[in-house]
Amino acid sequence: MNELRQLSKDLLQNGTVKVIIGYAEGTTPGRTKPFIARTPEDTDKFVFNKHCVNNLAVYLTRKEYKGKGTVGIVAKGCDVKAIVQLVQENQINKDDIYIIGMNCNGAAADFGKDTLAVKCIHCTVRTPHLYHTLLGTIDEMPKQEDDHLKMIEKFDAMTSEEKWAFWEAEFEKCVKCYACRQTCPMCYCEKCIADKSMPRWIESSAHTRGNFAWNIIRAFHLSGRCIGCNECERACPAQIPLSLLNRKMGMVAKKEFDYTAGIALDNPTLVGNYNNADREDFIK
Amino acid sequence: MEEKTFEPKITAFVCNWCTYTGADLAGTSRLKYKPNIKMIRVPCTGRIDPVFIIKAFEKGADGVLISGCHPGDCHYNTGNFHARRRWVLFTELLNYMGIDSSRLFFSWVSASEGKKFVDVVSNVIETVKAKGPFQQYQKINKEFVLDE
Repeated sequence: MNELRQLSKDLLQNGTVKVIIGYAEGTTPGRTKPFIARTPEDTDKFVFNKHCVNNLAVYLTRKEYKGKGTVGIVAKGCDVKAIVQLVQENQINKDDIYIIGMNCNGAAADFGKDTLAVKCIHCTVRTPHLYHTLLGTIDEMPKQEDDHLKMIEKFDAMTSEEKWAFWEAEFEKCVKCYACRQTCPMCYCEKCIADKSMPRWIESSAHTRGNFAWNIIRAFHLSGRCIGCNECERACPAQIPLSLLNRKMGMVAKKEFDYTAGIALDNPTLVGNYNNADREDFIK
Repeated sequence: MEEKTFEPKITAFVCNWCTYTGADLAGTSRLKYKPNIKMIRVPCTGRIDPVFIIKAFEKGADGVLISGCHPGDCHYNTGNFHARRRWVLFTELLNYMGIDSSRLFFSWVSASEGKKFVDVVSNVIETVKAKGPFQQYQKINKEFVLDE
């Protein structure tokens, strides 16, 4: 933690970065919150522990930071994936970002819990794949069952009525607060299709039809773009298992197009690209 | 009293340059097909946002047909290639959510294929007719009639 504070202080002092986005102690002990350091003194508040679960890459596309000088960011492997995907999509300039990569030993599932967050169980980037400075050490991570993968495999055996019933019950809880959208680093549209009212594509009232429309479109817009930080699911006040959708679509992208989001800066994006040999057996 | 037979409602999103012109050719060639299909002309299949398809189902379509230029024939060079990739993802998503993606039909029909257009449309209408009304969406449509 001291090396993080020292490095941040140096970066701000020598003018390498204008601000640093990191984590600070939250209002409840053991909890952390996103924190923006603007002066060298601010950096004393930085912390990094297993409760630093937020994906801070969401701030990079906000107008307060985008194009306003170099931004430093404290990033775990999953956050770096988001940064890479944003660069791939031309949303941020890679020269405007200074990544303080953190070796990650898994984030806690929830405040006060010792279990790992689901995203950490199948993590492949515990050491970030892109960084300017790397901090921290890799320790042994406890083994934990991947319940979500089992769920997704169970879906293959279900009939469409069963699947529909499952999602209908889940989406019924949706109150259209759009917290999933707000926390998502990939949902950066200035005007979301859900907010368009002429015509109103997605009904804003919270009933089954509108809920399906919203959740289908949200999941579709993230297909092959979702980097699996599961912030949407964590932010959801109704505990809708959104990561089941996102992860499944990631698996489809891998199977059909051999594409994984947020891996390499110069990869073309999945839907912004095509291949003559793409599957078309469903087109008559 | 004679029982009313089910006549499916099909929404078709067709590209201006190939399928729409193909449908025109079917008309000028005096080829006949059933009137169950409502055509919506779009500039290119790449213009078709999946939200259109959802909206069609919400508004009572029993089936949706999407048709455009053959690969390589796109007026804008690559529109249909991009669209094709999107549909793979979209149909997989619908299947995963338990929405009957077999009510969604895709085809390539060029401007000279008036006969093929008639065959495709007839086939779609027959298939959807055999399946019956789209119960899933009609159930939730009935539950909540809002924004109408």
